[in-house]
Amino acid sequence: MFSSLRSLWLVFLKMFKRNVTIPYPEKKAYLPPRWRGRIILSRDPDHNERCVACYLCAAACPVDCISLQATEDENGRRYPEFFRINFSRCIFCGYCEDACPTYAIQLTPDMEMGEYNRQNLVYEKEDLLIDGVGKYPGYSFYRQSGVAVGVKPKGGGDKEDAPVDVRTLIP
Amino acid sequence: MSETWAQILIIICVLLGTVTIAAGLIYVERKMLAVWQQRSGPNRVGPFGSLQVLADMIKIFFKEDWIPPFVDKKVFILAPTIIMLSILMSFSIVPFAPGLVVADMNVGLLFFLAMSSLGTYTIILAGWSSDNKYALIGGVRGAAQMISYEVFMSLSLMGVVLQTGSFNMTDIVNSQKGLWNVIPQFIGFVIFLLAGIAETHRLPFDLPEAESELVAGYHSEYSGMKFGMFFVGEYLGITLISCMIALLFFGGWLGPSFLPGIVWFLIKMFAFILFFILLRAALPRPRYDQLMGLGWKVLLPLSLLNVLVTGAIVLLNS
Repeated sequence: MFSSLRSLWLVFLKMFKRNVTIPYPEKKAYLPPRWRGRIILSRDPDHNERCVACYLCAAACPVDCISLQATEDENGRRYPEFFRINFSRCIFCGYCEDACPTYAIQLTPDMEMGEYNRQNLVYEKEDLLIDGVGKYPGYSFYRQSGVAVGVKPKGGGDKEDAPVDVRTLIP
Repeated sequence: MSETWAQILIIICVLLGTVTIAAGLIYVERKMLAVWQQRSGPNRVGPFGSLQVLADMIKIFFKEDWIPPFVDKKVFILAPTIIMLSILMSFSIVPFAPGLVVADMNVGLLFFLAMSSLGTYTIILAGWSSDNKYALIGGVRGAAQMISYEVFMSLSLMGVVLQTGSFNMTDIVNSQKGLWNVIPQFIGFVIFLLAGIAETHRLPFDLPEAESELVAGYHSEYSGMKFGMFFVGEYLGITLISCMIALLFFGGWLGPSFLPGIVWFLIKMFAFILFFILLRAALPRPRYDQLMGLGWKVLLPLSLLNVLVTGAIVLLNS
């Protein structure tokens, strides 16, 4: 009895409080930078694709929404021939981002992906690939490691020494 | 002759006014629930969502009026009209202001009680004719709830009637010139309020509907405007009970003279309508046996005691 009256009074007092809801299309909620939203493929600072088509993201994906096909350019650099994410299946778990060895695949704070046609939720590589570097501005996988595939000469990486010439006697 | 026309005008005004208020309550309820739950509520249609009622009406008129093949067709169609009819009939004895009353009957209060009891048939018949187990459970619950709350709904008003010595609504209001009935008849007021909530099956006592357990209770099978009639009937019921509380316990149109009587009446009525909505916003639904226990074990003896004490006091004073 008393608790009912008390809850009546407390609910009545809510009248003078500010709304907790946000009128969404007019005002947008703050999405933190690490929000797991729409997936993108980023480029490295030299404007090359970061993706090396290693299939780790496709393997990590619990709902199998990523599909890609690896290929190589004339220098032997691997890149995806196509890269397709079916966002009608994607659960935005972020495992692909975790698995990616080159920081290529990233989740962004964007969740406004509504479509009238289900097929439009299948994003191809040109939809996914952005011009920027995403969350990791200076990072370029081929500058750190990997074989010479036209990005850097052998031993030309950032933390790499020039290869030792085993035939010379000069120290 | 002109008196007849005046009477017809009053009937039309009362009919349109009550139905408009009842329809407007759809918006008021949604908005106030939102305010008390710290949401914004309807805000898309018109300024502050005020045209929401219109949009809802258009929507409900264009819905398919589906009569399922397994229902008892005649009763199924008849059921939703009964609640509208009985409650609109009850409004005929409500004096909105001195003289502004459709039928100033000398048994007005009894007529109100009789008519509000008829509203039970809506729930029973709708639940029965739907041939649906949820609807039937809702109907049975509604019948039990309304029959048991009917008993002391009328008993709680007997205190007021004893004090006034009349069943006439205008007399009852006029007898409250010195002191509103809510003070000498406070127990009667509380019991009538609870019985009124149960009678209109509003949210703390909405066991016939109970959408979290019975889909939509007795009107599970209804669609289109037939459902709309249950809906408007429920809001009409709230308006009616609020009117009756304002008239019987809070002096109806009586109030300081800087506002006309009808404004005072409407203020009091809307205060109670808002209280009904607040109840919905705040309180959970009791279990079925708790509801019955409260009715028979607490409120019925209390109302009998109230009648006894009031009768004794009236007898001593006379």
